Amino acid sequence: MSADVYYGIEVVLNGLMTGVMYSLVALGFVLIFKASGVFNYAQGVMALFAAQSLVGLQTGQIPFSHLINAVFGLEVHHFGWTLPTVVAIALSLCLMVLFALLVERLVLKHLVNQEPIILFMATIGLAYFLEGFGQLMWGAEIKRLDIGIPQGGNLWIENATAGLGGEDFFGFYIDTLDLYAALIAILLVTALVLFSQYTRTGRALRAVADDHQAALSVGISLRTIWVIVWSIAGFVALVAGAMWGAKSGVQFSLSLIALKALPVLMLGGFTSIPGAVVGGLIIGVGEKLFEFLIGAPFLGGATENWFAYMLALVFLVFRPQGLFGEKIIERV
Amino acid sequence: MSAQAQAPAPSASASEAAVAQVPVMELIGITLRFGGVTAIKDISFDIREGEVRAIIGPNGAGKSSMLNVISGFYHPQEGEIRYRGELRASMKPYEIARLGVARTFQNIALFKGMSTLDNIMTGRLTHMRSGLFAQAIWKGAAEREEIAQRERAERIIDFLEIQSIRKAPVGSLSYGMQKRVELGRALVSEPSLLLLDEPMAGMNVEEKEDMSRFILDVNEEFGTTIALIEHDMGVVMDISDRVVVMDYGAKIGDGTPDEVRNDQAVIDAYLGVAHD
Repeated sequence: MSADVYYGIEVVLNGLMTGVMYSLVALGFVLIFKASGVFNYAQGVMALFAAQSLVGLQTGQIPFSHLINAVFGLEVHHFGWTLPTVVAIALSLCLMVLFALLVERLVLKHLVNQEPIILFMATIGLAYFLEGFGQLMWGAEIKRLDIGIPQGGNLWIENATAGLGGEDFFGFYIDTLDLYAALIAILLVTALVLFSQYTRTGRALRAVADDHQAALSVGISLRTIWVIVWSIAGFVALVAGAMWGAKSGVQFSLSLIALKALPVLMLGGFTSIPGAVVGGLIIGVGEKLFEFLIGAPFLGGATENWFAYMLALVFLVFRPQGLFGEKIIERV
Repeated sequence: MSAQAQAPAPSASASEAAVAQVPVMELIGITLRFGGVTAIKDISFDIREGEVRAIIGPNGAGKSSMLNVISGFYHPQEGEIRYRGELRASMKPYEIARLGVARTFQNIALFKGMSTLDNIMTGRLTHMRSGLFAQAIWKGAAEREEIAQRERAERIIDFLEIQSIRKAPVGSLSYGMQKRVELGRALVSEPSLLLLDEPMAGMNVEEKEDMSRFILDVNEEFGTTIALIEHDMGVVMDISDRVVVMDYGAKIGDGTPDEVRNDQAVIDAYLGVAHD
């Protein structure tokens, strides 16, 4: 086989890796949508906030230091210590749980039985608030996040595959970080699926997602479930934020990956956890392969920016519930 | 207390004699208003251990509102509710469900995307105790618990004869079957009080007979106290021990089916009064 075929395979592999990263973000959306029927616009900002907190805690940044300095005329920025990554991750997780508690207490509780569109609007407000709050707390500058996962092409894979495609082919280039991300995503998805299918709380989550009134009548407290769901979504946001942050730096554009999650959800269905994964993979591979085969040679490149949305549009026309979404059964 | 509370009829049949005189739920002077509309006016009655208690009345009489008061979906402005002799504070529906009061809804509130078995398993949620962490790692106690709960769910599925639709998503089932699954979900929680809001509405004769049989079996085999709302007078008179009659939010009759049937106020409410 010629080297071109192997380059094609490499494109697919890299597409799969990118797809995993998309899936991580999409997962957070699915979790909240399943349990409360709310499309959580703030999911991307939650990932950004989680990543900011992770960096801030890790490097011993003083929260709100800009505010403190401005009010008291001080010049403080750091505590002067650094925390181990594990501790910083645990503390960030605590922050996300606290955020979930506050969201339930201050926002959701007051919007019980409201239309989904109203809850959606509330999450838009939440997104803008958290965006500003994150910058106030940790600063707006671009930061490097090092969570101890090596970055750059994986030499082992590159060397092992170097001989495959003849003289012009130097082996598959795959980022080690992407490999770790894929592994973590697989673990996360397996855990979430098992949790929602086979545990009491998982069953309660699905019950709340289906019918609030019926859930109340079998003894489920909606408020407890919402806190749990937003906490899990916060945890997923932390994982996604840490992975994307380590890959491309912690910066504002991190919150925009949420937009990439939208086509993923349209493909996979808003209510399916495996769907979020498969949707992510299809988008990841699809956009890389399209660019490689059609975009770059014939369309002048940069098709990755819009390919996902085009694909989502096609899906909306032919299969609106997505690949794995629940088919809407309407008995008359 | 009504007269029957002090003196049970000496000629009571076997099933009526089994009915103990201990009230499970007492409603005293309940008044419920929605804005300017009074849905329930100063109603008092009790539901006794082991009986089938029916609430009947014409459309808009406030029967469903009454059931919603008992199950905590509505909170009355006046009156008190005693559960097993103790004054019940204003509780949320899920807290009342945890007390052991299960219910079904007039317009069926099932989890439509889930299978019959999963729907029925949600009824066991109040009985499951393993912590979040134990569930997360899904081992040992949590697993044993899940298996034990599953056995109870299967027993109810056998009892209601719905084995053939165990795995079917309930959204795809017929109306009558959905009603049966909803009954199963309420039953599996082993309620001390079961509230049924029009369990036979919209059913054909055969389905009604099945449902009546299940209600009587539940009452006799499990000794479950049942309060139900029903329109079909024939059914009500057949299966209930005592009947409360409501009209325009007020109580107009209370007693055994025979007493109620011969009560002039009840006859007027149902057949109308001649105006001359």
